[in-house]
Parts: sequence; structure tokens; C-alpha cells
Amino acid sequence: MVGRNPLKEGTMDKIHGILMVGVGGQGVVLASDILSLAAMNAGFDVKKSEIHGMSQRGGSIFSFIRFGKKVYSPLISEGTADMLLSMEEMETLRWMDYLNPETRLIVSKMHILPANVTEYPVGVEKELAANFKHLRFVDTDQLIKQLGNPKVLNVAFLGMMADALPMGMDHWASAIKDSVPQKTYEKNMEAFELGRTKAKEA
Amino acid sequence: MKKKLLSGNEAIALGAWDAGVTVGAGYPGTPSTEILENFSCYPDVTSEWSINEKVAYEVGMGASLQGARTLVTMKHVGLNVAADGLFTSAYVGVKGGFVLVCADDPDMNSSQNEQDNRHYAIAAKVPMLDPSDSQDAYDFMRFAYTLSEKYDTPVILRTTTRISHAKSIVESEENVQPQRPKTGFERNVPKYVMIPAYARPRHRIIEERMSKLAEEAVGMEINRMEMRDASLGIVTSGISYQYVRESFPDASVLKLGLINPLPMTLIKEFASKVKKLVVVEELDPVFEQQIKAAGIACEGKKHFPITGELNQDIVSRGYAGVPKPKAAVVNSLKLPPRPPSLCPGCPHRSVFQLLNKHKLIVTGDIGCYTLGVLPPFSAMDTCVEMGASVGMAQGMEAAEGSKYAHNVVAVIGDSTFAHSGITGFINAAYNKRNSLILVLDNGITAMTGMQHNPFSGKTILNQQTVTVDYVKLAESVGLPADQVRIVNAYKPEEIEKDILEMLAKKKLCLLIVKGPCVIAKGKGRYD
Repeated sequence: MVGRNPLKEGTMDKIHGILMVGVGGQGVVLASDILSLAAMNAGFDVKKSEIHGMSQRGGSIFSFIRFGKKVYSPLISEGTADMLLSMEEMETLRWMDYLNPETRLIVSKMHILPANVTEYPVGVEKELAANFKHLRFVDTDQLIKQLGNPKVLNVAFLGMMADALPMGMDHWASAIKDSVPQKTYEKNMEAFELGRTKAKEA
Repeated sequence: MKKKLLSGNEAIALGAWDAGVTVGAGYPGTPSTEILENFSCYPDVTSEWSINEKVAYEVGMGASLQGARTLVTMKHVGLNVAADGLFTSAYVGVKGGFVLVCADDPDMNSSQNEQDNRHYAIAAKVPMLDPSDSQDAYDFMRFAYTLSEKYDTPVILRTTTRISHAKSIVESEENVQPQRPKTGFERNVPKYVMIPAYARPRHRIIEERMSKLAEEAVGMEINRMEMRDASLGIVTSGISYQYVRESFPDASVLKLGLINPLPMTLIKEFASKVKKLVVVEELDPVFEQQIKAAGIACEGKKHFPITGELNQDIVSRGYAGVPKPKAAVVNSLKLPPRPPSLCPGCPHRSVFQLLNKHKLIVTGDIGCYTLGVLPPFSAMDTCVEMGASVGMAQGMEAAEGSKYAHNVVAVIGDSTFAHSGITGFINAAYNKRNSLILVLDNGITAMTGMQHNPFSGKTILNQQTVTVDYVKLAESVGLPADQVRIVNAYKPEEIEKDILEMLAKKKLCLLIVKGPCVIAKGKGRYD
């Protein structure tokens, strides 16, 4: 990612809005739990909101996270998300109302067809490139190969976001420790670090 | 004090535990399910998934009269099932504190309607609390038990999806050693046995109790006047409080924690301090109508929608009277929708293909399988409430004549059948109806997140228990052996043969299609 990073500036007074989206079963909710905990560990007030239940059966999934000195609403206002992580490519476009040209995007190139749809929409990458400056596509197949385990993909994505956010590495590490099964902690931390390394690549 | 990041549901469970609750009962329903799941994990408590909300409420009443502090949980529509108990429990009162947590679902994220359960508190004349975040949820739960015992009444704590399923920081006491009231039943016939002669004086007591509560509510900490700029004063509660603080950071706010009875003296005082009074509430104008009826001028639904959820954008735009502005970035591509759908590996998909193929009229029910209404199955014609599939099929036959029965199939899941399908089934046998009832049994209450039920043979704590036997159940209402069959969900040819043969009988038949939920299997829920 290039350019100045407003997320690191005036950190305590600003309310940070992070949107995570994807498809049921991709680990969006766990990833948003970890990010929220890391923000709490760093001393921020935090709220996050998502929908459970029927929508999880293969439907679109989202999680709103807001943190700052004092947060009231758990929902992000339209046009104000600072960062978006999308774990499925076309899902990114479903949430445009919450974004603005300055929003930083990390978008998985993974394609998952909705039930009863046979053709994936053409031109998603182009559409995103036309609207956003701070945009990074991730070749998820390659990333999974490097990780050796698709289950930690969501934590690798958190690693990609981490250095653009005001939480310290110790805050992230303890958030991951408190959120994943103990025996998978090392594996998740490796994934997190790999994500950080990836984010630094041009 | 320890800081934790908790969902509203987790905070409610913790608040109940810290308040010394020892008995919990409920029926799963989004967005309420995780309350009891969390509560059941605390030490030295007895909890259960009840067969339905009515029974959960009754278990709660019994536990309270025995002296235990008691928690009962359900979603908003669940209270329709439990309402019979609710109304008269207000007459009976409590011994140990009794709190019903009931979760509304504005916008119907996972529900069949968006009823506003604040009406129940008014109709049943019981106090209701409305938390605004997880900290409130925790604090209000502890307060609710004190309130319940002090005023000798059941108390409802009402949440909405954005409280139950949002996470925020909770500071709670560490290592609380909950004070637990002494248990033991004390006979008190005029208070506990509601024959008319005893119920009449109890009704007068309810009216006195609610008047006293309305007066004392003025001084309660959970009702908070926040004076800022006096040109605009907003009365609000629950999640709407958060939207108000975002939208009008300078406005004065009366944040109500106790929302039934409304602390009208406090509202009057607040109204006298501000130039203009506005009510911000999700769904129905429950506060607005009461405030207007008390002769206080205010504005409310004139600015804000009566349907769906609010948020800070809707609240600020509504009050300013401006339309939604053009988005900062716009998507020009056409996106296919991604609605929820029956899981690709669900063993019960083939049943809906068959029902569609044979163009049957399908009365449906509440659960994952309601998704059989969507393409490619398009095989459901009604879905109203828990158990309705069984009753409605009988009504169609009653209206059309018994020949019609072979056109109609009632489709219901195992948990829903236990909840209230069995009563409809007995009704069908008793009234000589001829419907075919199809139970899609996946051995778990799947849609709400894999809870056990009377057909799964496990309790809330995963302990072995009885499993209801479909065949013996059918026998007990006089169904001959050839009118009840159990078939494997993975054998569609057999299912098709059974459906056609049973419809041809033109008699009441029960066909159980058995196939475990693949997600529950993956999670080891059947082990």
C-alpha cells in the first residue's frame, strides 16, 4: 500500500471503521473478533456488529468494527469505512455504500459462485481499480499454498492489515492467543507474520 | 474490575451468573440462543433447552417459586408461545428473582416478523429493561433480579439483534461470589393458585405495584438525564441511544433503562428543560404514544421509519428530512444476489426436489428447511410460525374435503416437530384428518447453531437422554404400522416411493426422512 496512512494519525481521537466481508464459513467473524480484541488490548473503546443465523447459510457475511476513544454506534456510517477486508472478490462491491475513495482495500481474488449462479461477474477488478487508490488484490490460492492450511487464511489477512493499524504487535499476539484453540496458536502466528511480510511486498 | 470484549448475549449470561442465578431454561432462537449456551457453562447451575418457550417459561416459574434466581431466554416470537404463562405470572409474582430475556429482531435478519415486544410488557403489566450495549446488558441483568424481588414481579430484559450480537467492552467484578437466596417451597395458596377469587385481589396488587414502580423509576440510576444543549431534547433507549449520540452529539438526551412503566414524571421534567422534545425509538411508536397521551408535546415517527432497523444515518437524515445522498463511490456492475441457501451437502435437498417435481402443495415451517422455498427447489407454499405446517395442512383439508388431502404435504424439522408439531399431529389423528406429515430429521436444531432437542438424544450439556420414538408416538394415536415410515435421506428413490404410496392411501401418514446435518457432524455434535 502506498501513500500516507490516516489510520496511524491522531489515533485516539479518531474513530476507526473497519469492514470485513465474505461468504459464510470463511472465518470473517473470528477475524473480526481478533481485530476487536487487539484494539481493546491497545486501550481503545471498541464495538463490533454482525448478523448470525439464517444469513450464514451460504449468504453474504459482514462484520463492522469501530474503535477509538469513545464509540457509540456499532455500525459504520455510510461512506466512512477506513479499511475493508474482503475475503471474496465480488462481495467487495456489495458494500460500496460504506466506502469512499480514500478507503484502503485488501481484496481476495477468491471467486465463490452464489447458489444457482453459473457465471461469475466480469470486470470486478477493473471496477475496484477505477474507484480506489489504496487497493491490494491477494492471490489467495498462492497464499494458501504458502500457509499449507486454508484454516489460517483469515489470520494471514489480519497480518496484511496489521501494520496499517495503530495496535502494537503484542496486542495482536495476545488477541490471537485468546481467540484460537491453544494448539493452533503457533500456526496462526506464523500465518499472521506471513501476512505482514506479504503486505510489505510491492 | 476486569475488562472483557463481550457480545450482549455473553454479557447477559455473565450478569445472570454474577446475580446468583442457578436455573436457566429457554428455546433456541436467533438472536437469543447464545445466552443460555453461555450460561449453561457456568459451574453449579441447572440449565436446559426446553421443548418450547412455553415450557421454558413454566420451568422458570417453578424454579422461582422454589426460591431460586431464574433466567428464561427466547426470541421475540417465542414469547407468543410463552405468553400464557407471562400474563398470569405477573399475578403470581416471584420468590427468587425471575428474569425473562427476550430478543427482538428488527429488520428480520433471521425471523418471520418484526413484532415489537415492548407491547408485551405493557399488556402483561410487567417491568421491562432495555440495555444499550453489553455493559448495560451486564449491569441491567444484575439490577433486574433486585427489581424482581423488591417488587415481587417477573421482569423482562429486552434486547435487539444489535445488542445481542454486537460486542463491546464490559467491566465486571472479578471473582464474584454470588449471593444465592435460600430455596424451599412455601405454600401460599391465595398468591400461587389463580382461581378467580384469588386472582381478583392479585390484579389490584399488580396495578398498585406498577404505579409505585412508575413513581420510584424517577430516581433509578438506569434512567439517565444527560443535559447538553437545551434546544433539542431526545427521549430514547436501547440501541437507538447509540445512534442518537452519533447523530446529535450536542443534544440533551433522556436515556431510559426502565421502559415499562415509563417514568413519566422524569419525562415531564426533561420536557420542561428543553425547547423541543423528540422521541427516537426503533419499530413502533410505543414511547411516543404514551408521552403524547400524558399530554406532553413531542415528535417521533413523523421523522423516523416504523419498519426495519435504525442506524445513525437513518436517524440524522430522518430528522433533517433529507433523502439518502449519492454514495461517495458507486458500483456500476450488476451483482448476482447471494441469499442464504440450503447447504450444498444438506441431505434433505432431495426431498424438496421431489416435492417440486410432483407439484405438491407444501405447508412449511421454521428452520433451515424453510430455504426450500427458494430456487432451485421452489417447494414451499406457506411458512408462518413454529408447528404451523401440521395444523395448516389440516385446515386446507377441512375447507376442501378429505379428497384434497393427497395434494398437501406438511414439512417440518425434528426440533420444530417436538416444539409444537406433535400437538398438531395428535389433533390430526383425533379429528380423523388425512394429511401426510413429512419430518425432515437431521437430529439437531441446526439453523440456530446446532442445539440438541428431544429427537437428538442429548441435553444442553451433551449428556445422553431419551430420544422420542416416532413409531411409538404414531402408534399411541392409533396409526397402523403402514402409515408411519422412516427413510434414509440419502435414498431419494425410496423417499419418492414412500411419498407417493402414502399420499395414495389418503390417510394420516407420518414419514420421517433421516439424515444428519453435515455441519453438526463436522463439529462433532453427534459424538
